[in-house]
Amino acid sequence: MHQPAQLPLFSRFTLLSTAVFIGALSGCKAPETASTGNAATAGNTVAAAPANVAPAKPYTGENLVIGLYGSLTGSTATFGTSSQKGTQMAFDEINAKGAPLDKKLQLVTEDNGSKTEQVPAVVLKLINQNNVLALLGEVASSRSLAAAPIAQRAGVPMVSPLSTNPKVTQVGDYIFRTCFIDPFQGKVMAKFARENLKAQKVAILTDVANDYSKGLTQFFIEEWNKTDGKIVARESYSQDDKDFQAQLTKIKASNPDVIFVPGYYTEVGNIAVQARRLGLKQPLLGGDGWDSPKLYEIGGKAIQGAYFSTHYSPQSKDPKVVKFVGDFKKRFGTIPDANAAVSYDAAYILSDAIKRAGAPDRAKIRDAIAATKNFQGVTGTISIDKDRNAVKPAVVLKVQGNEGVYVTTVKP
Amino acid sequence: MEFLQQFANALTQGSIYALIALGYTMVYGVLRLINFAHGDIYMLGAFIGLFTAKLTGAFAASQNSVAVSPFATILIFIAAMLGSALVGMLIERFAYRPLRGAPRLTVLITAIGVSMLLEYGGQMAFSPDPQGFPALIPERNLVESDGFSLSLVQFVIVGAAFALMIGLQLLVNKTKVGRAMRAVSLDRAAASLMGIDTNRIIAFTFALGSALAAAAGVLNSIYQPSIDPLMGVNVGLRAFVAAVLGGIGNIPGAVVGGLLMGFAETATVAAGLSQYRDAVAFGILILVLIVRPAGILGRSVAEKV
Repeated sequence: MHQPAQLPLFSRFTLLSTAVFIGALSGCKAPETASTGNAATAGNTVAAAPANVAPAKPYTGENLVIGLYGSLTGSTATFGTSSQKGTQMAFDEINAKGAPLDKKLQLVTEDNGSKTEQVPAVVLKLINQNNVLALLGEVASSRSLAAAPIAQRAGVPMVSPLSTNPKVTQVGDYIFRTCFIDPFQGKVMAKFARENLKAQKVAILTDVANDYSKGLTQFFIEEWNKTDGKIVARESYSQDDKDFQAQLTKIKASNPDVIFVPGYYTEVGNIAVQARRLGLKQPLLGGDGWDSPKLYEIGGKAIQGAYFSTHYSPQSKDPKVVKFVGDFKKRFGTIPDANAAVSYDAAYILSDAIKRAGAPDRAKIRDAIAATKNFQGVTGTISIDKDRNAVKPAVVLKVQGNEGVYVTTVKP
Repeated sequence: MEFLQQFANALTQGSIYALIALGYTMVYGVLRLINFAHGDIYMLGAFIGLFTAKLTGAFAASQNSVAVSPFATILIFIAAMLGSALVGMLIERFAYRPLRGAPRLTVLITAIGVSMLLEYGGQMAFSPDPQGFPALIPERNLVESDGFSLSLVQFVIVGAAFALMIGLQLLVNKTKVGRAMRAVSLDRAAASLMGIDTNRIIAFTFALGSALAAAAGVLNSIYQPSIDPLMGVNVGLRAFVAAVLGGIGNIPGAVVGGLLMGFAETATVAAGLSQYRDAVAFGILILVLIVRPAGILGRSVAEKV
């Protein structure tokens, strides 16, 4: 058997062109950075929207058609599916009790496959073909940032249930959210690490392909630098990575008191297992991106004792929460995670705003959402501030067994 | 000490790549085809392992922090390897064999189609969510000091990978079927005229490569216990680069290439450039294709499959 000294020219070409082709293929999995630069002003970001976005046609639908775009498949599928369940349950409840304007709320859902680059297409479809009255979504900040300029240009109110990156609502006056933003969440965890855990030295492991993770890191550091604590290591990974040994080895060498991992549940469980194996016994800290039952399934023993901030605790004794958790469990068989709870609240806030607007008119609905004050949701009392963000408390949970156990609530 | 730890990390990751790269290289050897579905066979191996673990109760035991019996672990490996070997043969039979005489580009596109079928079919069958994988090998450290720890899992991965690679080398060089594989690789028409059932040998090559990929899938899932239907995409591409790097069609080359990829990647991440991981992998690929298209071992080693 003889190996030719050189592949024939033909196969050299084939291989090289294959390599280029593969490069293009892997581009589909490119990092989800929808926008860069911290101070993207409203004008700038809108300018980045596709030029062909025309203002939406006046609303004429018989029902109140609301478009939900979310990640029903792909790497962060539980974000989308939980969100859809929460929204659908809220719509069904509202329709049963009598929807606003004596019409029915109707949900149209589009899947973006957890891919930022698919978001503009599905959002344009919802606006142009389904002629939706308003949009609900997304959970991931990168994907909300891809949709927001389109919604803003078309003049369709968009309520993101759970995108915590501040840039999302800076896009324009049609963009709202029903969750707290990362500066607050970063502050909560920095304070918690310093005051409750008495940590002096912190190591940070950031998902640099994710606007959410980068934002949370930035705001955590801002708050942490106000204390006397030190940052001993800053490492990074990219979404869909499976191997974190190299980063964790460096973190171990820096000997921190706590490790802040502001990523998504998809990677965090895996990170925890690999950290424990390397002998890192320090507590892990994170944000609401951890909040999924999958965290416990993947992390198992390794994730026990970790802390994360999130939007609500399903163990709350508040009768509203108890009823919501009970109804959700009866209908879907699982305990609702934060995505489901906040999406449920977002649906109610939108419905409430349509009622106060008094007509299926998008500008009026926008003004009504902006005027939301002291709305009693399952995730706390929600007011929309002048920056179109929700002002509401955060809770810190500790992982015990297969759930997050309530530790403390931090008010804004 | 940190260097030693990174070395162990790189060796473990490199062994996984090497196991997968072997499948690319063997199939290329017999068919001159880059089997792009190979990375997805790796994924399938992990999922078959997971389902076997659920059936044998190993999954439940692991979730309750009970040690999994070695018997179950071995059974899971065998099931994953056999199951994937079967799928590999089916893919060859129904996707590639009908195109045996077709232009190579046609087959290449078909391979990409099969890959997508497995990825998105996998999302439908297993749900797109990442899933946990049981700790089939007890979590304990063989060496543990301040700066360095070597876990049993890492030891088993490197040991098993090398055992499989040596076994493959023996099979290819010392057995009758191995000789047939080499003959098909050299000249399929002539081998056929000499009475070798080339279709059977090609099917066997697919089965062998797929079984190795499945072993890599299960090993890696124990090491990094989060599996999803798209897990084979990146790993598969890196292993493909490894195979080209070592010299595609060359078995020891795939091992060398896989290990080098492991080291290159760990070095990139340890230097704080984790986001350039793929850039480095494809940079290496392009460099190799320009400077030394036959790969590192492509020139000097005479034996190939």
